Amino acid sequence: MTISVAMTVNGKAVSGKVEARTLLVQFLREHLGMTGTHVGCDTSQCGACVVDVDGKSVKSCTMLAVQAEGAKVITIEGLAESADKLHPMQEAFRENHALQCGFCTPGMVMSAIDMVKRHNYQLDEATVRRELEGNLCRCTGYHNIVKAILAAAPAMKSAGV
Amino acid sequence: MYDFAYHRPKSVADAVALLKGKEEARPMSGGMTLIPTLKQRLARPSDVVDLGGIKELAGIKVEGNNVVIGGMTRHYDVASSADVKAQIPALASLAGHIGDPAVRNRGTMGGSVANNDPAADYPAAVVALNATVTTTTGKHTADDFFKGLFETALGEGELITSISFPKAEKAAYVKFPNPASRYAMVGVFVAKTASGVRVAVTGAGPCVFRVKAMEDALAKNFSSAAIKDIKVPADDLNNDIHGSAEYRAHLVGVMARRAVDAANK
Repeated sequence: MTISVAMTVNGKAVSGKVEARTLLVQFLREHLGMTGTHVGCDTSQCGACVVDVDGKSVKSCTMLAVQAEGAKVITIEGLAESADKLHPMQEAFRENHALQCGFCTPGMVMSAIDMVKRHNYQLDEATVRRELEGNLCRCTGYHNIVKAILAAAPAMKSAGV
Repeated sequence: MYDFAYHRPKSVADAVALLKGKEEARPMSGGMTLIPTLKQRLARPSDVVDLGGIKELAGIKVEGNNVVIGGMTRHYDVASSADVKAQIPALASLAGHIGDPAVRNRGTMGGSVANNDPAADYPAAVVALNATVTTTTGKHTADDFFKGLFETALGEGELITSISFPKAEKAAYVKFPNPASRYAMVGVFVAKTASGVRVAVTGAGPCVFRVKAMEDALAKNFSSAAIKDIKVPADDLNNDIHGSAEYRAHLVGVMARRAVDAANK
């Protein structure tokens, strides 16, 4: 079944024809060519595919593209103001060396931003670790990711994002 | 994933009409189980009826002594609801520990209860709190609703519209999550409500079940000491690579005592 789908991705109106079974992550990567969002496990566990849909973080490998009809989607590509000015969470990941291979990073950053906002910019280490339950990193042992998120929370607050 | 016809009705009546007469049609709420199932080609529905566009199915309200939660209410909304936290904090806590944050943003109470996964958390709350499941065709008591492994009293095309949970005097849910999947190896919901004390166990067997001996002991003395010698037989419990039936039987006792202690705090 072919369906027309239209949504806003990173502030830009996009549309396309998809099959009913097309996943949101496939639409982003294969139809729009936005390969920043990764597919790690494809079984809803690793969180590499996390994007923001209408203000909520979701695993885009476990949502159909047609379910995002009319939604506002934000992906990792939509965070930085410009090539020179990263989002505070991206900057904190760089500062704290919160990645090695980088495969999980797009989902980590998206989940981290959602986490900071949900906790009103106030987080402690235990909360960050618990909240990262749905994001797997096989390189870093999480220590620097946790450090980066704790550093980014006040930076996001003062930057007003 | 095999392809299917996709529908996004705006009302419950339209959803029921779309499902009617189509044997291979499936309703989809949050999709947190259905989509992974489709991806593995373990199911091949002709039609998927997405309930996500039906506003009347989501929401939480307090009606007298009950908290009534719409079938399409997301786990995150149950976990963060001021009403649920005030009236039945154990239920809010249970919802806040399902899956992970991104899953809780999509998964729904009605979907979880209708699916009746043996390791799902919500069935334990429905049974322990003696909730009433309201559907498009009528009402089901908690004890009549869960029939067996992935089996419920729901008929073809019957949808959960809401679940009504009586307020609890005391209640707590404690689970032992599988270290990898985070599904409950064993979860025990203990509740003391107007209709008495109930102990409901999920994860341990093919379907949620009550432990009558613990309920009787707790009705006389609501303390973990009252149930410390009560053993659950391992006979019908799940036995798999994650744990033996005997291990799960042991966990039921441990989780039940922890739940009683948590409920008494």
